[in-house]
Amino acid sequence: MRRPLPLIVGGVGLGLAVLALGGGPAPAPAAAGPAASPEAERGQYLVRIMGCNDCHTPWVMGSKGPEPDMTRQLSGHPESLLMPPAPALGQGPWAWTAAVTNTAFAGPWGVSFSANLTPDAETGIGKWTDATFIQAIRSGRHEGQGRPILPPMPWPQYLNATDQDLRAVFAYLRTIPAIKNRVPQPIDPPESQ
Amino acid sequence: MPSKLPLLPCAILCAILGTATRAAAPGPPAGGAAAIASGSGTAIASGGAAAPRLLSATGLYAADGSIDPRNMPFSPQYPLWSDGADKTRWIHLPAGTKIDISAIDAWRFPVGTKLWKEFAWGGRKVETRMIWKTGPDAWVFATYAWSDDQKDAVLAPEAGIPDVIAVAPGKRHSLPSVTDCKACHASSAAIVLGFTALQLSDDRDPLAPHAEPLPPGAATLRSLLAAGRLTPQRADLALRPPRIRTSDPTARAALGYLSANCGGCHNRTGALARLDLDLFHDVGGSATAPEPALATAIDTPGRYRMPGIPPAESRVVAPGAPERSTLLYRMQSRRPSSQMPPLGTAVADREAVDLVRRWIAAMPPAPATPAAIAAGRVPPGSPAPERAGDSPAAPTSR
Repeated sequence: MRRPLPLIVGGVGLGLAVLALGGGPAPAPAAAGPAASPEAERGQYLVRIMGCNDCHTPWVMGSKGPEPDMTRQLSGHPESLLMPPAPALGQGPWAWTAAVTNTAFAGPWGVSFSANLTPDAETGIGKWTDATFIQAIRSGRHEGQGRPILPPMPWPQYLNATDQDLRAVFAYLRTIPAIKNRVPQPIDPPESQ
Repeated sequence: MPSKLPLLPCAILCAILGTATRAAAPGPPAGGAAAIASGSGTAIASGGAAAPRLLSATGLYAADGSIDPRNMPFSPQYPLWSDGADKTRWIHLPAGTKIDISAIDAWRFPVGTKLWKEFAWGGRKVETRMIWKTGPDAWVFATYAWSDDQKDAVLAPEAGIPDVIAVAPGKRHSLPSVTDCKACHASSAAIVLGFTALQLSDDRDPLAPHAEPLPPGAATLRSLLAAGRLTPQRADLALRPPRIRTSDPTARAALGYLSANCGGCHNRTGALARLDLDLFHDVGGSATAPEPALATAIDTPGRYRMPGIPPAESRVVAPGAPERSTLLYRMQSRRPSSQMPPLGTAVADREAVDLVRRWIAAMPPAPATPAAIAAGRVPPGSPAPERAGDSPAAPTSR
């Protein structure tokens, strides 16, 4: 049994919070290129509607407001963006904060950074198998067997996806450009350090 | 995109209250056990055998409630740490069957094999886990929650049961989910982790943390060989029982502990083989080969960053420097993001931490790095060779 963590079930909606600041909808994430197979095409569609780019692609301020920087598609929190300590929020009702890139999040769980989902072998998921990917989503654990995957990743929703859909997502992720970007490890909340 | 907005209030509330609604995993909602295809970690569809609802129906007990004499007790020499639980184990091999040990580090059990492990605290039974081989490459994992009257145990839900008993101030033991069972047991070619050549060796380690006395009639390598339950016959295993390859008693105990508690995932055959951290003792390895842990962990830069330690000075195991050893740091941690093992335990194993600390501290220090010298952590006169691994820009994958 996993330790109960303050999971967030609607985390992908946070992208909307950033969006609202800029006013106006973000452009639909552009495809990195033609998907390689019908399965990968299906995965591309799923990645779009599951909101993966909301958190795993760094956002930048565009001419019409914040938008995902698709030149860094799904490469996670930028290694070069060193985050200062998160602002203290007191007793609420504010509960969490996010980086302007929408790739770093501070809340009761500590600080989490969105992962590099590109096929880079050393810093992304280039060495994963589809079984690893499916197990990660099903278990809510890093690499399918490690530490808990932290909020706002909505894996408790995604675990309801079929194996077929998850394989399609993984197949698509294998087709996007590999980007070398070493995402920082999570930071535990102060009270547990 | 606007349709996502209503999700935010739920997200915030869940974060504050820590009461996330975890959607039910596919599978039976009330009681669950999952079957996997060996080595693949892939759930097989319905049609596979299902675990009975009651432990009493699994074959562990005879009609009078005693352990069925066809089930053999056993006690691994390096027990898995389970927050101080008193554990009792049995195995059932179908009559006339043998375990194929031709792959000495990945035994193949006959179909119908069942293993049980009972967990108790303070004399009260809390859970009993069962692993059941239901097909040539299929296993069922289940755990049963004991009733308050201790008369029987009921199959736990597939998602497990959280916080069933206090094991330390503020710490509670949870019954594992099926995905957690698979996280370890499907990460090794062995599947069964406590019934191996090393664990059943008759050359038992007297310094193994939490070592248990062998129960009467316990299965060991010699007893299994004598009973003809292993094939092919390996007389050498009785003559020269497997043991950790070192003459240092502390190192032997530490490496055995790491093999049993970490090697299920950190090995060279499972899903995490890509990490190049192998803590699993290979009985089939050459007698003169170094222990895999020594070859892959000692003075190896890791990806994990310890608070307060410059990345260039951090090692998985830093010889002579427990304070710079991420392996030890993570063994001591029970913070979700850093604890090792990452599941199955809520309390650090102090005895094992002390053992591993002594083992690391006794190692001759590795040559100092320039960063260590600059930080004043080693005398200026220490050698400072240039090594690719000294650079924080060149970490290995951990």
